[in-house]
Amino acid sequence: MTIASNVKQCVSSLKGIEAGLSSLALRTQDDESKRILHETMLVVNEVRKDVQKRAGELEREEPQYKGF
Amino acid sequence: MPGWLEIVLRSFFFLIVLFVITKVLGKKQLSQLSFFEYVTGITIGNVGAELATKVEGNVIHGVLSILVFAIAPFIAGLISLKSKTFRDLVEGKASVFIKDGKVMEDNLKKEKYTIDELLALLRKKDVFDVSEVEFALLEANGDFSVMLKKQNQPVTPKDLNMPVAAVKEPQTIIMDGSILDEPLSTIGLNRNWLHTELDKLGVILENVFLGQANSNGELTVDLFDDKLKVPSPQEKPLMLATLKKCQADLELFALGTDSKEAKEMFSKNSEKLQKAIDNVIHILRN
Repeated sequence: MTIASNVKQCVSSLKGIEAGLSSLALRTQDDESKRILHETMLVVNEVRKDVQKRAGELEREEPQYKGF
Repeated sequence: MPGWLEIVLRSFFFLIVLFVITKVLGKKQLSQLSFFEYVTGITIGNVGAELATKVEGNVIHGVLSILVFAIAPFIAGLISLKSKTFRDLVEGKASVFIKDGKVMEDNLKKEKYTIDELLALLRKKDVFDVSEVEFALLEANGDFSVMLKKQNQPVTPKDLNMPVAAVKEPQTIIMDGSILDEPLSTIGLNRNWLHTELDKLGVILENVFLGQANSNGELTVDLFDDKLKVPSPQEKPLMLATLKKCQADLELFALGTDSKEAKEMFSKNSEKLQKAIDNVIHILRN
C-alpha cells in the first residue's frame, strides 16, 4: 500500500461519514442534535475536500498508482 | 317477579349508575382522595349496596341520595379550582414533617403519626437514615414526599457537567407482528423505512413480538423466537469509530509526509476533526 492509496482510503471513509452524519441529522427528531450533526457534517466535508486535494497532488507525483 | 331476580336486576342497575357517576367525577376521585371525596365515596358505595340488596325499597329515593352525594364533590371541585382558601379547607394542607434536616415533632403529633410510622414512611422512599433527609412532608392526600440533601441525591449528568443528547419518547411501532401506522408517522417514518430496517436486521415482520423506534430512527425488536439473536443498532458507534480512525490517519499522514505544506494541511485538519469529534461524541455514543 502506498501513501497515495492510504490517503484515498481516508477520503472515502470521510465521504462515508459525511453521508452517515447527514442521514442521521435528517432522521433525528431533536433540533439541537440535528444542528450538531449537521455542523459536524460540514466540518467533515471541509476536511474531506482538503484531503482529496492532497490525494490529487500525490497522484500527479506518483502517476503509476493512479486510481480513482 | 321473584325476589332473587329483582336483586339481580337492581344490582345491575346500580352497577351502571355507580359506574356512570364515578366516570363523571373523573380520575381525581380514584387517584387522590381528599377528605370530601373519601367521605362521599364511602357513602355512595354504601347507599348503592343497600339499594341493590333491597334493604331500602324505593329505587328513586336511592338514586336521588346517590346523586346528592355525587354532586357535592363535583361542586366542591369547581369551587376549589377558584379559591385557595376553600381548597385548603376541603382538601387539606400538606404538613411538613422534616425541615432543614430536623424532625418537626409538633406537626407529627398533629397528624397523629408516631416516630415509627415516620421511619416506615421514609423507608418506603428508600431512606433508612434520617440524617440524609433535608425536607419531607405529608401531602394533603396522604402521600409522603422526601427531598434528600444535595450530597445524597443521585448524580445527574448536569452535576458532572456532562453533555447528553436529548431524547424524545420512543414509539412502539410493531405489536404482535403487525405494524402500527399512527406512531410510525408520529416520528416521521413510514412502512418502507420499517421494511428496510427489518431486512437489515434479517428478521421477518411476523416473527416480531415488539418493535420500538427511538427519536434517532433506530429500531429495536423483540422476537417471538428467543433463540435468535438480534444485533443492537451499531450505526452510530461504528460512525464514531470511523471518525476516530480518520482523525488518527490524518495525524499519521502529517507525520509521514516530507512536504511542509502537506504536513501543515494534515495537522490542521486532524485538529479540526478532533474538535468535531468532541462536539458530536455525546450523540454518537450509546
